[in-house]
Amino acid sequence: MRYLTELILLSAAAFLALLGAAYAKDNLFQAHAWILFFVLLGSCVLLARRVEFGLPGKNASKPDPSSYFDEVIRYGVIATMFWGIVGFLVGVVIAAQLAWPELNIEPWFNFGRMRPLHTSAVIFAFGGNALLCTSFHVVQRTCRARLFGGNLAWFVFWGYQLFIVLAATGYLLGVTQSREYAEPEWYVDLWLTIVWVAYLVVFVGTLVKRKEPHIYVANWFFLSFIITVAMLHLVNNAAVPVSFLGVKSYSAFSGVQDALTQWWYGHNAVGFFLTAGFLGMMYYYVPKQANRPVYSYRLSIIHFWALIFLYIWAGPHHLHYTALPDWAQTLGMVFSVMLWMPSWGGMINGLMTLSGAWDKLRTDPVLRMMVISLAFYGMSTFEGPVMSIKSVNSLSHYTDWTIGHVHSGALGWNGMITFGALYYLVPKLWNRENLYSLRLVNWHLWLATLGIVIYAAVMWVAGVTQGLMWREYDDQGFLVNSFVESVVAIHPEYVMRVFGGLLYLSGALLMAYNLWRTIRGDVRNEVPLGGAQATAKPAPAQ
Amino acid sequence: MPKNDIDKVTGIETTGHEWDGIRELNNPLPRWWLLTFYATILFSIGYIIYYPAIPLINSSTMGISGETNRAILKQEMAASRQAQQAQLVRIAAEELQSIKADQELNRFAIAGGASAFKVYCSQCHGSGAQGGAGYPNLNDDDWLWGGDLDSIYTSIKHGIRNDEDPDTRYSEMLAFGEDEILTADERNQVVEYVLKLSGREHESAMALEGESIFSDNCTACHGDKGTGDREQGAPNLVDAISLYGQSRDIMRAQINNPRHGVMPAWGGRLDDETLKQLTLYVHSLGGGE
Repeated sequence: MRYLTELILLSAAAFLALLGAAYAKDNLFQAHAWILFFVLLGSCVLLARRVEFGLPGKNASKPDPSSYFDEVIRYGVIATMFWGIVGFLVGVVIAAQLAWPELNIEPWFNFGRMRPLHTSAVIFAFGGNALLCTSFHVVQRTCRARLFGGNLAWFVFWGYQLFIVLAATGYLLGVTQSREYAEPEWYVDLWLTIVWVAYLVVFVGTLVKRKEPHIYVANWFFLSFIITVAMLHLVNNAAVPVSFLGVKSYSAFSGVQDALTQWWYGHNAVGFFLTAGFLGMMYYYVPKQANRPVYSYRLSIIHFWALIFLYIWAGPHHLHYTALPDWAQTLGMVFSVMLWMPSWGGMINGLMTLSGAWDKLRTDPVLRMMVISLAFYGMSTFEGPVMSIKSVNSLSHYTDWTIGHVHSGALGWNGMITFGALYYLVPKLWNRENLYSLRLVNWHLWLATLGIVIYAAVMWVAGVTQGLMWREYDDQGFLVNSFVESVVAIHPEYVMRVFGGLLYLSGALLMAYNLWRTIRGDVRNEVPLGGAQATAKPAPAQ
Repeated sequence: MPKNDIDKVTGIETTGHEWDGIRELNNPLPRWWLLTFYATILFSIGYIIYYPAIPLINSSTMGISGETNRAILKQEMAASRQAQQAQLVRIAAEELQSIKADQELNRFAIAGGASAFKVYCSQCHGSGAQGGAGYPNLNDDDWLWGGDLDSIYTSIKHGIRNDEDPDTRYSEMLAFGEDEILTADERNQVVEYVLKLSGREHESAMALEGESIFSDNCTACHGDKGTGDREQGAPNLVDAISLYGQSRDIMRAQINNPRHGVMPAWGGRLDDETLKQLTLYVHSLGGGE
């Protein structure tokens, strides 16, 4: 009776959600419980259609325990594409809201609620799904073992989607604990904890039953990401709920300790989610796509341990010139400066892996995409230590320079390496010989690159403008500008940012189309890129 | 160490491991990478020795410099205050008129007032003091409560219709519609009469009816000709400037149920030097009397 236990558990959960709606202490909790109920109810219906009653017959499709568990990865690829486009779209909308405030629609769609929707959608929904599906893919291949735990991987996948839906609907309803990148309230946090532990079990279980003698470097990065994110999540979200049937909770920390805990979390969300996890991705897909050995084993060891040791202390640089004691600011800064080379170790190892294969860049836009992502990675991880230096930070802090920095990292590094991995994965997972169109990949590459360059450049200009205007004094010793004058001054940059975001979004839409056609099995009839392959094919008769 | 495979393209030895076809070269750490890494570590050690860095039980090491954010801020604030001390003492001691008469001191006061204006006043009056619907434009010479130095100073210090300051400026127009003092027809007639007084296009028949209504209800504050009265804060109705706008709809709404703006009493929040500087700045904008 496949799925019968699952169905019973799911129905019980739906019933509990209904009870939650009935006995809710506040309207927001009630609304959220109703959403949960309908999501679970829909899931029950979908699952019920797959339940097989009676004894498993001859046709019961028992999964082959010797083969790789790829179905969940296929779902993950689709989810990554879907949430990516949602996240980019919301990003464009909020960029437009900043340029034209009339676009703020009260109360659900104003900037204050849409902004966490954007950050969570791109980091946790797009990035998180990308990490889930690539880590499941990489760990199986490099361990030569099927995912541990059977259907537990399905639980991780669907449980994570439920977390995303609850977090996103919560933001729009106004449920937030106001911690940046950790906005979901206590009950959503608890749910994510359960899902994350299951993820850890699947991943470590697969490592344990590996058939390779050594653990591949990509898996070190994935494992450090999973473990550290669990630790960050648990500590930063330590809170006491007002009621078990209400949304509100109070943090276990207060004052400057609270601020430091939050930025210890916030910075390491960047360090372990967006850096370590995505380096794991890079360490598999770049050598595979280039078909070359990794440049240096020794470098991978040294930069891995240096990176994870140093990153965890760098958080206080988010709190320069605040109530945080001077000694903590000093340490936050020096650890960030020392982080420069360990971060670059990953870039060197990725780029140098191409030695002997640079000619492939002429013909392979997927590899080109990965190289561009490494270039943006190198740039952002240089810019980060620079911005952590206190005298630089006194100019850059609170300005759009920070926003530009984050986006050159997120759009350039995380986005592009994910796109590269997806372009690699889709033909493999759906058994297609080639992508539908390499020329579309090339279009995607240039649209995205141009979008990022515009975005980052205008945010630098805007940020430096703000920083200089805020600190400008006249010859009598009086401040020259009001805050609103600095807002007026950067309006053109805000408009250009919308344009940069639109370019990036349109590139992602091209990718979705390309991958969808690939999944359907179509191949576009087109002239190959770079001309190198043109000789391999007979010239078209004309 | 056993001899491992040699990568054909680069001639470099591999580590001998392979995962799903991926091998690793046994290249050493790039020298420039390692040296730069060491350099950042050396820089960090020096920085830690120079600045407060190592936490102790109740405090931390202070470093050779002994510099803290708070101490530096305090020094800079004191130095800035010191540089302005002479002027601020004179501004505190002297009358507005005598400050204005001293060109050098007046220039200082206006610069200080402009800066304070951006922090405290621009939210309502705009960063160019141009005002907006409901917020007076301070660049023109149309004043509700007077535009000489002392009147402006009083308005800033005690605010407008401010509950917390007993000396605040206060005026209130009756709600002629809401409180059923005038009928809708009568209110419309008054509007036409005011339009006539301002020399604007109007319905003459209605304006004729409106004249007596105006003199019975409005002249006590706004004057016979509708030119207002600064003693009571009653606006001039016949010039080209209106606080809320000049369309018939807005005039009708204002007579029906008038809006009354509020301004903070800055006397309790800013020191007297700043109040005086703000006064001189606003006075200098073009409409000062």
